[in-house]
Amino acid sequence: MTWVGKSALRKEGEKKLRGEAKYIDDISLPNMIYGITIRSPIARGLLKKIEYLPGIDWKSIIKVTAKDIPGKNYVALIEKDQPYLAEERINHPEEPVLLLAHPDKNLLEKARKLVKLHIEPLPAIYRLEDALNRTEIIWGQDNVLKSYAIDRGDIEKAFKSAAHVIEGTYFTGAQEQLYIETNGVIATASKKEGIAVWGSMQCPYYVHKALVPLFGLPPEKVRVIQMETGGGFGGKEEYPSVISGHAALLAWKSKRPVKMIYDRMEDMVATTKRHPSKTQIRTAFDKNYKLLGLDIDFTIDGGAYATLSSVVLSRGTLHASGPYFSPSIRIHSRAVATNTPPHGAFRGFGAPQSLFAIEKHMDLCANQLELDPVVLRKNNLVKHGQTLGCGQVVKENLKLETVLDKALIASDFHKKRKAFAKKNKSNPIKKGIGLAVFMHGAGFTGSGETFLASIAAVKATAEGKIQVLTSNTEIGQGTNTVFSQMAADALQIDFTDIEIAQPDTAFVPNSGPTVASRTTMIVGKLVELAALDLKQKLISAQLLKEKHTRKDFLSACKKYLKKLGELKGFSQYKAPPNVVWDDQKYQGDAYGTYAWATYIAETTTDTRTFETKVEKFWAFQEVGKVINPNLARGQIIGGVAQGIGYALYEDVVWKDGKMANNKMSNYIMPTTLDIPEIEVEFMELPYEFGGGGSKGIGELPLDGPAPAILNAMENALGLELNQIPMTPERLLNRLEQTRS
Amino acid sequence: MRGYLPDYDLSSAENLIEAFGKLAEGEKPFAGGTDIMVLMDAGVLPAGRYFDISKLKELGGIKVLKDQVSLGALATYSEVRNHKTIQKHFPILVESAKEVGAIAIQNRGTVGGNIANASPAADFPPCLLVYEAKINLISSSGLRTLDYTQFHLGYKKSEIRPDELIQSVLLEPRFLDYHHFWRKVGSRQAQAISKTMVAAIAKVNRRKIEDIKIAFGSVAPTAVRCRKVESFLLGKKLTSEVILEAKNILTKDIQPIDDIRSTGKYRLIASQNVLEEFLCGIG
Amino acid sequence: MKKLKLLVNSKTFTVDCHPFARLLDVLREELKLTGTKEGCGEGECGACSVIMDGKLVNSCLVPALQAHNKKILTVEGLSNKSMSPLQKAFIQCGGAQCGICTPGMLIAAHAMKTRKKNPSKEDIREGLSGNLCRCTGYSQIIESVQKCGERS
Repeated sequence: MTWVGKSALRKEGEKKLRGEAKYIDDISLPNMIYGITIRSPIARGLLKKIEYLPGIDWKSIIKVTAKDIPGKNYVALIEKDQPYLAEERINHPEEPVLLLAHPDKNLLEKARKLVKLHIEPLPAIYRLEDALNRTEIIWGQDNVLKSYAIDRGDIEKAFKSAAHVIEGTYFTGAQEQLYIETNGVIATASKKEGIAVWGSMQCPYYVHKALVPLFGLPPEKVRVIQMETGGGFGGKEEYPSVISGHAALLAWKSKRPVKMIYDRMEDMVATTKRHPSKTQIRTAFDKNYKLLGLDIDFTIDGGAYATLSSVVLSRGTLHASGPYFSPSIRIHSRAVATNTPPHGAFRGFGAPQSLFAIEKHMDLCANQLELDPVVLRKNNLVKHGQTLGCGQVVKENLKLETVLDKALIASDFHKKRKAFAKKNKSNPIKKGIGLAVFMHGAGFTGSGETFLASIAAVKATAEGKIQVLTSNTEIGQGTNTVFSQMAADALQIDFTDIEIAQPDTAFVPNSGPTVASRTTMIVGKLVELAALDLKQKLISAQLLKEKHTRKDFLSACKKYLKKLGELKGFSQYKAPPNVVWDDQKYQGDAYGTYAWATYIAETTTDTRTFETKVEKFWAFQEVGKVINPNLARGQIIGGVAQGIGYALYEDVVWKDGKMANNKMSNYIMPTTLDIPEIEVEFMELPYEFGGGGSKGIGELPLDGPAPAILNAMENALGLELNQIPMTPERLLNRLEQTRS
Repeated sequence: MRGYLPDYDLSSAENLIEAFGKLAEGEKPFAGGTDIMVLMDAGVLPAGRYFDISKLKELGGIKVLKDQVSLGALATYSEVRNHKTIQKHFPILVESAKEVGAIAIQNRGTVGGNIANASPAADFPPCLLVYEAKINLISSSGLRTLDYTQFHLGYKKSEIRPDELIQSVLLEPRFLDYHHFWRKVGSRQAQAISKTMVAAIAKVNRRKIEDIKIAFGSVAPTAVRCRKVESFLLGKKLTSEVILEAKNILTKDIQPIDDIRSTGKYRLIASQNVLEEFLCGIG
Repeated sequence: MKKLKLLVNSKTFTVDCHPFARLLDVLREELKLTGTKEGCGEGECGACSVIMDGKLVNSCLVPALQAHNKKILTVEGLSNKSMSPLQKAFIQCGGAQCGICTPGMLIAAHAMKTRKKNPSKEDIREGLSGNLCRCTGYSQIIESVQKCGERS
């Protein structure tokens, strides 16, 4: 009996279904008090004074400002520009200034209204264009957090000799991760005992890394434990470092455990969002409609501090040219600062932004060249042996065109386009069908995985189980289940014999963050290798033969433990051979492998109310080996649903740099009535270096829906659309623009 | 939960006398809580004393009499939606009840609460305006009946006196031979606060409009009857020119604004288009 | 503070709490029934769904006073030694990913199935339209409820 490839039941499913799974707000510690954060009401200025208004017994309330920080006041991530608590300068609305703690959670709400921050305003900028135009310099010398340049071939020559040159500009808005469980932690802290934080998070070791300099304590004195986490999607990649530090600072000062849970309004207004973007694309085609040159200018808005913007920019840049081959490429990109709360990780991480642009652009080109959008794409799809935009030669067995053909057949793409064109003439409700062809690189970019040098471990327990020890977290995507499947197969034992250790930095090695679609592929592989390492120890101790039964194995573990004490297996990441990345030129093998996909959306737009609904959706992809079909399907459908929100509904309304619609009644995510039937199909070409033969799939489904949906709307309405979310209000404006 | 509980009290009125006594003390009525609790949660509910009216039998239920249907102030959206007589005679009320929030909200939100809270986007008022409802207000001095069209005076201002409670809404089942139309335009298919909504009924005889009543919500400080459009359409045959002109006149009956959910321009055009949709359907 | 009597999952509890306190907080903090979750605080996400006197309600919008003497069913009351057919169907069909919306979904599905034994896909979509899920995109939740209908 093997487990990889089967829909093994979710490991922690029963707990969750019974309502017994413990999320951070479900637990309490003895002597625990509560904490809240007081934040700047304005975008930029100089903090002059904190005033405590009468109406409450301020003496009973613990207060923490920057002055109380025992170590260094910056959130350790990449740069050191983001303070934990503002000292003199305010750089974005909702910037944390003051922390308060008290045993009465409700009293703190009264206190929240009785703090007045005196801030002398400074001119602020809120738009990407203003950052680029240097309307005001708010970060570094020129507002540029990071930039990249990829130049290959002779781009000027390509455009001079082109038969057709087509230009387009594309915009994507911010998007809120909207995990249904908000951010929350409980912290204990003292110089003697060190720091301990329990919380909702994706990356315990990121939090660990941030708490060490904040308190100036040695790493062994900081402990971070992940609790059951109600969704992350990137929103709990780096942000938990901030809330953890805050709770820990209050615990340090009050000498009591502190629980800090954000309510929805605070979580939406103060934490990270997907980076807004602006992309300008120029394409040069020869007379046979083959790409000669691809010139892309890609900008993302990083908000007030650098945080992860350089990495989001990197991924966006490396995906910007899509799955197409062009002999000459220029991709120039930058992340700029604005006075808004820092933007951060959200599933896709730069790729949904740049892939939206290139896939919209291909339809624009097809329309202007009067070509079928499939024909134009097929003409330019990268082939085995050709290079992608980042300079990576496609060495794998590429089946993208097969995936594309399958999706076209399943959706009846061309037949529908003809039928809709006819029907639309006499109907106020216009139907359309559109596609997106794309890829997503799994794992950290370039030398990222080598730099992470992740470690995984397994150990035999006294109770006769095999425990998997990694810092990769279950956040709903199925980590616990797929690790159990892969470990069980590696050891030829049962799924139920495997136990997953709670990600607790005191006990698990650093196997890297739960991001970048790396957990199943990269860390799963490490789990398999660690299991084999443990098995090898049994073989070397002559307690087990290479060929064995489950009974043999479990009994060998028992014997080993009795005789030699601890039984553990380890593995550490080693890059696959022949993966070469040039950090200077920013070119080469950006990713170990890619998943390849074609998504097709069928939409209806009511031209009386300008509302668009996705009626049907096809998500077809080649993803290496599917470890668990049920879970994998759930990942794709869930991702497509977020993509539908990104395309049509999820509009962040900004007012003076602040999210004005920070309530679930005003920030619109899709309900059961807004999501159609989504047909999911997987093509499997096992990837040798991925756990169980897998490729990462977590983020792939965010790349396709928005361009496919807008391409469908364009097909239905016969006008060019270049912005998401394409709300009814924006569609109305666009229709009026085209008429005038 | 941002409301500071010690600033509030909630007691129960066991009967009408107790309720009137509490009103006299300045306490505010609390019915289903789907509006008040949202404000409490956000920390913006005005501090003070509130009293639960859910036990007051006089305010409850849906009663069908000979020429009258009475919706008690405490009738919930679910009760309205599932009531056979209302489904038959007042289908727009059923349609609007179905689209309020979702089932959990419909089980708690009340007719009286929807009217008293008087959000410009309230779901029942446009329906009650076109069905020419009457509203019963009760106080220690007795019952006062008003035409519902006289009830709302302006943004969050109404005819209700400080010593009164909404007792019920009265409807006359005389619209069986009318066309009934309801359209709510929101941000998504469920749980949507409306950007515009139209309730309309019309009696058409040989393509001529014998009677027509149109009301919009979310496009003015209160729900509004479109008097100018109605008087224009009365007695006319529905040609495409008439419909176009009706759309133009609509701009005089409604004043949609820009807000966090939508723009005035969108609301206006969507309103004109749903009006057109209604008129095309009955012509 | 008021002394209130609540009948939760067939057990009677007496709590001392503020009459305006949210039923959600009384369940979670006084009765330690943490299965019911907070997601939005405004009756929009359904994570706090419970059944009160046979009707589906958002417990974040019910003041404790109005829960006095009422029968309440929470997710903890859906199973005893073994899980309910609905819960089992959720596990089989992948209806739970991160699990935070799951208690609310189960309660809403339970309420729907009390109204209609074999709901269609459209019925299920409507019955669950007040429950937001960010992980699943809803398909496998709907399939779970359908599958459960087929079984029973």
